[in-house]
Amino acid sequence: MSENNGVWVFSEKFDLFLEILGKARELADRLQTELAAVLIGSNMQEKASELIRYGADKVYLIDSPVFERFQAEAYLGVLHDLALNYRPEIMLIGSTKNGKPLAARLATRLNVGCVPDCARLNIDDKKRLIGERMTYGGNATATVAFRTKPQIATVPPRAFEKPEPKDHKGQLIRLDVKAEEPKTEIVETRPLEISSVRIEEAEVIISCGRGLEKKEDKVLLDELATVLCGQVGCSRPLAEDRKWFSEWVGLSGHKVRPKLYIACGISGVIQHVAGIRDSKVIVAVNKDEQAPIFEIADYGIVGNLYEVLPALKEALKKQLQ
Amino acid sequence: MKRIIVCLKQAVDVSQLKVDPSTRQLLTAIAPKKISDFDKNALEEAVRMKEKLGGTEICTVTVSAEDAKTVVREALAMGADRAYLINDAGFKEIDTSGTAYVLTEAIKRIGGYDLILCGETSLDSFSGLVAPRLAESLNIPQITSVGKVSVEGDTVTAERTLEDAVETMKAKMPALVSVTREINQPRIPSLMMIMKASKKEIVTWTGADLGIQKEKINAKIDVIEVLAPKTGRKKVKITGENVTEIAEKLAKALIQEGIVGR
Repeated sequence: MSENNGVWVFSEKFDLFLEILGKARELADRLQTELAAVLIGSNMQEKASELIRYGADKVYLIDSPVFERFQAEAYLGVLHDLALNYRPEIMLIGSTKNGKPLAARLATRLNVGCVPDCARLNIDDKKRLIGERMTYGGNATATVAFRTKPQIATVPPRAFEKPEPKDHKGQLIRLDVKAEEPKTEIVETRPLEISSVRIEEAEVIISCGRGLEKKEDKVLLDELATVLCGQVGCSRPLAEDRKWFSEWVGLSGHKVRPKLYIACGISGVIQHVAGIRDSKVIVAVNKDEQAPIFEIADYGIVGNLYEVLPALKEALKKQLQ
Repeated sequence: MKRIIVCLKQAVDVSQLKVDPSTRQLLTAIAPKKISDFDKNALEEAVRMKEKLGGTEICTVTVSAEDAKTVVREALAMGADRAYLINDAGFKEIDTSGTAYVLTEAIKRIGGYDLILCGETSLDSFSGLVAPRLAESLNIPQITSVGKVSVEGDTVTAERTLEDAVETMKAKMPALVSVTREINQPRIPSLMMIMKASKKEIVTWTGADLGIQKEKINAKIDVIEVLAPKTGRKKVKITGENVTEIAEKLAKALIQEGIVGR
């Protein structure tokens, strides 16, 4: 049997595709193997050229109106077919709500392992892919390797920087693959109202938790955010229990890594901490001296956020002038 | 609907997990266990469906290397009719691939189901792979990340919350649906429900009972290490005479860090 070869990337989200491509380029160079992108969709010629500029040596292009939008079985069938025919060594798949189950199903069909949400990827001395992911609700990082090939890992958004496009040469390979019969039917898609700037992109985040007594008091955070050119976030209870926000920061929500994260009235349960752990500086404001948030904060203030936030706003205004 | 199957994992209660600070190892052996939160939401949804539609039997399936009866009793108290516990010390190193395989064999044995409900991911390992693997190996439709679900005739309709959209999807049953924590608020069983549950049946199978092939549960993943992250935070408490002084000290520190202002 011939050996598995090549590092492959796939994501149905193009931004994430490019982010993963940058890291995959490094891995392929390390293994001295080729980097291939699998592009599925309709009218994808331009995107295919872009993938080459972003580092792909080969683009397997499956371009047909039937693939215009993501359909799990159709896309899965393509990846499965290609993996059987070309036998890649590594397959990196964008870890979105559609991408992760896709990777799991592909791994099941190929009878191989899959490691989800790798925030770090490396090649070890034995040329194995090594992935790192958060586990135990954010209490720990697991370092894992694979016993089977292809080594399938999923990669979350913003884990890696999008590379700079270059004058890179690559080969475009058009393939004709028949779409597999869908098992489900999409009845309706309605866009979600999301904040205009993604919270993952924010350099400063001021976040509130249960310590915020009324929805209207969010204005205190908004005012500080204005001074710091930051964004306002919250912990899960304010979004899920009180419905004051539509999104939250934490393991099950947005994982962020701003330069500055100010946690106000957030106790610091492990799932929240897991979402902010990579922040450069963490400030905690909490009335409860024993709150676990202080354990992971660089600066802690034991106090009432209703007094501290306005005072901090004034102090910053004064000192930043 | 004749039968709903709910997959339940006995998970480490991550909120009570302790770390040995000198080695950064997790003390998982002494950590309390409970039904994985997401699976509890799946069970709650099953019970609500049964209340609405009637004539449905709810079976739970748990794959575990350790005894999980206490956890399963809670599920029965919440409203499951029968629990299947696939308990085998040979499952100690099992990963998502092996778990999905054992679940597949158990569910085939139980049979006669219309719907499988799973949590989207598990509280402790948080991989989110078992549900899609299970549906794939049973070769049935799957709808993941579901925040709302309903059944009509032989069709299940569910709302998926994606990154930038809400997608309504439908499938012919039998099908698998994996739910998020946002779908419902699981009930807390009353004393009466707990008493009633003690009379319900727990069916215990081993791997051998299901004809599980050993090589198929071998891990496909090598876990090299699991370590708590280095904290490395400064943990400076800022104090002062009054809130103005405290705020000014903090502002100064943040400016010195070079993270605010220019």
